[in-house]
Amino acid sequence: MFISMFGAVESGIIYAIMALGVYLTFRVLDFPDLTVEGSFVTGAAVTAFSIVNGIPPFVATVLAAVAGFIAGCLTGILHTKGKINALLAGILMMTALYSINLRVMGQPTLSMLNETTLFDQLESVWAPLGIDSLFNGMISFLGIEQIPRTWAILILMIFVTIGIKLLTDFYLKTEIGLALRAIGDNKKMIRSLSANTDSLIITGVGISNALVALAGGLIAQLGGFADVNMGLGLIVIGLASIIIGEALFGTKSIVRATLAVILGAVIYRMIVTLALEVDFLEAGDMKLITAVIVVVALVTPKVIQTRREKKRRIQKRAQLRAGGDGHA
Amino acid sequence: MLKLNHISVTFNEGTPDEKRALNDIQLELNKGEFVTVIGSNGAGKSTLMNIISGALLPDVGDVFIGGKQVVHFPEYKRSTYIGRVFQDPMAGTAPSMTIEENLSMAYSRDKKRKLRLGVTKQRKELFRDYLTTLNLGLEDRLNAKVGLLSGGERQALSLLMSTFTEPNILLLDEHTAALDPSRAELITSLTDKVVREFGLTTLMVTHNMQQALDLGSRLIMMDKGQIIFDVNGEEKQKLAIEALLHEFRRIRGMQFGDDRAVLS
Repeated sequence: MFISMFGAVESGIIYAIMALGVYLTFRVLDFPDLTVEGSFVTGAAVTAFSIVNGIPPFVATVLAAVAGFIAGCLTGILHTKGKINALLAGILMMTALYSINLRVMGQPTLSMLNETTLFDQLESVWAPLGIDSLFNGMISFLGIEQIPRTWAILILMIFVTIGIKLLTDFYLKTEIGLALRAIGDNKKMIRSLSANTDSLIITGVGISNALVALAGGLIAQLGGFADVNMGLGLIVIGLASIIIGEALFGTKSIVRATLAVILGAVIYRMIVTLALEVDFLEAGDMKLITAVIVVVALVTPKVIQTRREKKRRIQKRAQLRAGGDGHA
Repeated sequence: MLKLNHISVTFNEGTPDEKRALNDIQLELNKGEFVTVIGSNGAGKSTLMNIISGALLPDVGDVFIGGKQVVHFPEYKRSTYIGRVFQDPMAGTAPSMTIEENLSMAYSRDKKRKLRLGVTKQRKELFRDYLTTLNLGLEDRLNAKVGLLSGGERQALSLLMSTFTEPNILLLDEHTAALDPSRAELITSLTDKVVREFGLTTLMVTHNMQQALDLGSRLIMMDKGQIIFDVNGEEKQKLAIEALLHEFRRIRGMQFGDDRAVLS
């Protein structure tokens, strides 16, 4: 149980980078971008292909982000210059990327099991530090018997994801970032304030997909393979993360919202892992579980709010009736 | 400061719905001139505004701002020179962003947007000073989301946002029409104040004749895509609503008479 939860948090913190990317398009730009289902795989494919061909893992990971950025920019260009509906532009790009991803990998699944990944390199640096035995000592003290193989990936990824979050927060507060946020809020207004909305949308969707592809490249290295179908249903996962995060942690400010998205992604992974522990559910039920989670996360806050409003009105009415002479 | 040269616009050309929205418009505004524009619906007032702002391109004609030909500039580029307030109080601000963020975006209008913080301590002070001039207490709510403000407050903020960078041209598109009378009056007096203070070259469209007479140094009446009446200075100050309506009937009636003469 502890081990599977550990795995959930470990991959959740990587998927959080993808969720941040989806947040940029869905929430900030108000651009429902389906490119991510393709660009996530592109990230994985580029990373796997590069590593198999002897390129250093770090460079391979960066290349993944670059490939995602290009894919996102293309979607942005289709939408702004080609005047194609945002959803359709994303679907077109996602479809095109499927073929491109196959070409990059040369086969539907590309294994890196015999290669050295970024995480393998990390572990070789990490192991002599002895931090693992320290942590494992602590958890076995708590009575947990199965211990994780390494803490390195989790700790590195927490730093990386938080770093990306801080960069995103800063970016969204710069002059360019403010204009980007205004596009999703009031496009007509920001255009009348001399912002080139087309190029802002193009770079915005580009950055979003760079993050998604980066997550794809990291997930591929974590699992040791890239698969052409690994992006299936990813957009719903991204949305689920955002919605869960927002429902639990709120959206008061940008700093809060991006943190909520990251935590949402981790919690989503944990929920899925818990669900899979239930006997009658199978791995194939994942998508159904995801859909149910999104629906619950969407509906519950509304129901709670309506209840609260109703209760408030009833109280108010009782109050007025009790002291009511003057208000008749 | 602003010069329109032989501007013509036709909508739905070649169809039964063809409409000549602007017909060979010739207009020149000197620096610091405050022009009010009146006219019935469909007279071409909004089209004129959109031509100047670049939201619409004319079929023929030139637009010069400060002596510079801008007719081929896209809207976003032209808005470097143009401040604009729309009729809808919701249109000029971003609701889910804070007051200071909105002001910061407006502050970047005539500068290149860069990767540096949009709201700095220095700018906050500046924004607070500007907001104080509105007398609405907004200077204490820099961190409030604009969506929480009332229509009047939002329109006052829009007005500030489109004027405090001192644009070459200020376009006001019936910007008090959607407000209740007292708020409308507040915005009207604020408009008068900022335009005077910054000496802005202003074009204001209004349906309110009294407002058109009270504000500004020059008045233009439009009808059927043409400027049919143009009065300024002393003469405008003396003008009353009655005289204006009379003038409208006289000009239109005369033309109608002319048409009949031609036809017979």
